[in-house]
Amino acid sequence: MTSTSAAFEKARAEDRAALIGYLPAGYPTVEGSAKALQVMVDAGCDAIEIGLPYSDPVMDGPTIQAAAQHALDAGVRTSDVLRVVEAVAATGVPTLVMTYWNPIERYGVERFAADLAQAGGAGLITPDITPDHGTEWIAAADAHDLDKVFLVAPSSTDDRIAMTASESRGFVYAAAVMGVTGARDASSDLAGPLVDRVRSNGDIPVAVGIGVSNGDQAADVASYADGVIVGSAFVRCLLDHPDDEAAGLEALRALTTDLAEGVRRAAR
Amino acid sequence: MSQTVPSGPMRYEADERGYFGETWGGRFMPEALVAALDELTVAWQDAMADADFVAQFERVLREYAGTPSRLYHAERLSETVGARVLLKREDLNHTGAHKIRNVLGQALLTKRMGKTRVIAETGAGQHGVASATAAAWFDLDCTVYMGSVDTRRQALNVARMQLLGAKVVPVESGSATLKDAINEALRDWVASVDHTAYLFGTAAGPHPFPSMVRDFCRGIGDEARAQCLDQYGVLPDAVAACVGGGSNAIGLFTAFLEDKSVEIHGFEPGGDGVETGRHAATIHAGEAGVLHGARTYVLQDEDGQTIESHSISAGLDYPGVGPQHSWLSAAGRATYTPVTDAQAMEAMALLSRTEGIIPAIESAHAVAGALDLAKRLGAEKGPDATIIVNLSGRGDKDMGTAIEWFGLGDAEEGPEADLDQTETVSQQ
Repeated sequence: MTSTSAAFEKARAEDRAALIGYLPAGYPTVEGSAKALQVMVDAGCDAIEIGLPYSDPVMDGPTIQAAAQHALDAGVRTSDVLRVVEAVAATGVPTLVMTYWNPIERYGVERFAADLAQAGGAGLITPDITPDHGTEWIAAADAHDLDKVFLVAPSSTDDRIAMTASESRGFVYAAAVMGVTGARDASSDLAGPLVDRVRSNGDIPVAVGIGVSNGDQAADVASYADGVIVGSAFVRCLLDHPDDEAAGLEALRALTTDLAEGVRRAAR
Repeated sequence: MSQTVPSGPMRYEADERGYFGETWGGRFMPEALVAALDELTVAWQDAMADADFVAQFERVLREYAGTPSRLYHAERLSETVGARVLLKREDLNHTGAHKIRNVLGQALLTKRMGKTRVIAETGAGQHGVASATAAAWFDLDCTVYMGSVDTRRQALNVARMQLLGAKVVPVESGSATLKDAINEALRDWVASVDHTAYLFGTAAGPHPFPSMVRDFCRGIGDEARAQCLDQYGVLPDAVAACVGGGSNAIGLFTAFLEDKSVEIHGFEPGGDGVETGRHAATIHAGEAGVLHGARTYVLQDEDGQTIESHSISAGLDYPGVGPQHSWLSAAGRATYTPVTDAQAMEAMALLSRTEGIIPAIESAHAVAGALDLAKRLGAEKGPDATIIVNLSGRGDKDMGTAIEWFGLGDAEEGPEADLDQTETVSQQ
């Protein structure tokens, strides 16, 4: 198991932000998603988030919904997600699972933590539980030495940001626009101040999810954040090539390369 | 004998974090919405403690919605079952259901909070119509999310909402029904929360919605309890309501929770029969999980993916249930029993023909369940045994379903043929 902090330490040593890439497990297939994530690692992602497809993803926009629904329709299971974690974590890059809460509660919180650690996973990102309602997960994560990545938003109060920063391990995920996931123009006057508010609570890295889809946007976010999270744009690469795996992987590789260059040329 | 269940005035209430019985409910929500939910919690609690707000709410209910609704003794029905059956006539409220109580309360709160836009989800369209009505009356912008499967099934309600000035957005994602409409409304709310209130349609979802919606609907039971004492000098032996999300049921039950002599019965949509897997009997056949922000009983598969529910009644067709109902069931204070589509449709015909009241198919589930209950209570306690049934809505909206089910609409057919068919279906 590699904690996500390793990725941030490496990036800090190179005076740059980390690039964190997301894909849901099971799209286009379980094996296909593992292969795609390995390409992203190979082309420069510093950490990986693997989405656990869920029937009621209230924080996701149409792009991620489409891929996750496809995976569910094809019968992807929680155990498949753990298999993808194992395959990606074997590259040595920190590998987290991003999941809505009910599948974890259903699997068994303690059992999931144990199996995730066994698979080499670094921890969980939990978009629909906050630390004040996540005591069971916090206990299981601590018992298995896993990262607990909670989210903050522009609407978060200072008190809640302090609470979230103190309960998180690995990094704090700043969802820096008020809205669901999806590629957008990625310029927001809310993101910088949000990162600053998290930083005033200590040293934990802050990664920003804001709909980045190219290297210039990544460079912009990397100028003020410790990590740049990219999801929908990666998913789009695969959705755009439904019947041509090689073309989809090539698009992923090109995008990752562009983004990895972006986080390296940021003015910091 | 010792009392194993603790008692006290607060034991059925949620704690300050929204948990009923320490387990059910809560707030499993994105951080982006927490500030808005906190703001709503404070505004609701302040409002309920403000005599002016409470008086304004009561005035709007009385003058605009037509409450208190009557408590009506269904004499012919009572004779057939051997007990006194009292119908709480929420079907006579403006817009034809109890739901107007909830939306007027939430819309009044929206105005008080200074927000200018409301959003709502709807399944059959009743909550959407009620929301559009309240938005028109309070001069608020209104957007209603409705599964595209439902917009096609309920075109008349779509037109009603549009006539009232609301924007209706068909939802294509997931199963394109009520749960997906809730998902889409939540997605809207995450992006619009600074000026938009989410008028949640039932006593489910994240804290404070289960408690707040209950408070706005509890007039049903408060009125019924006072009416029963006033008209008959006794408390009822039992109260009964249908349970989808459970707003009409919790609205009735709340007044009776501390009356230990009163049995509390919820009737869940049993669809084709629980054994077929095609049903929405969430408490009876679901398992504890988290859906739409609350821990409650959920119809879900082994991996925690929500299973699509089935009911002939679109208003009950939801794979979750309000968390307070889960708690009342777990605590043994209320009993939840499934009623099949066929039993509900039989009760719809029976009430139409014995009392001249066409109930919503939702409410027909309560009537069907109450018939067996009344027979038992009548046998135990005699003809003065009293049961209050919440007639939560009227059946006009369900005529399309009734036409199909009973084979109505052909003027050549006599009424006997239709009833025969009901009996045939119910015996299958």
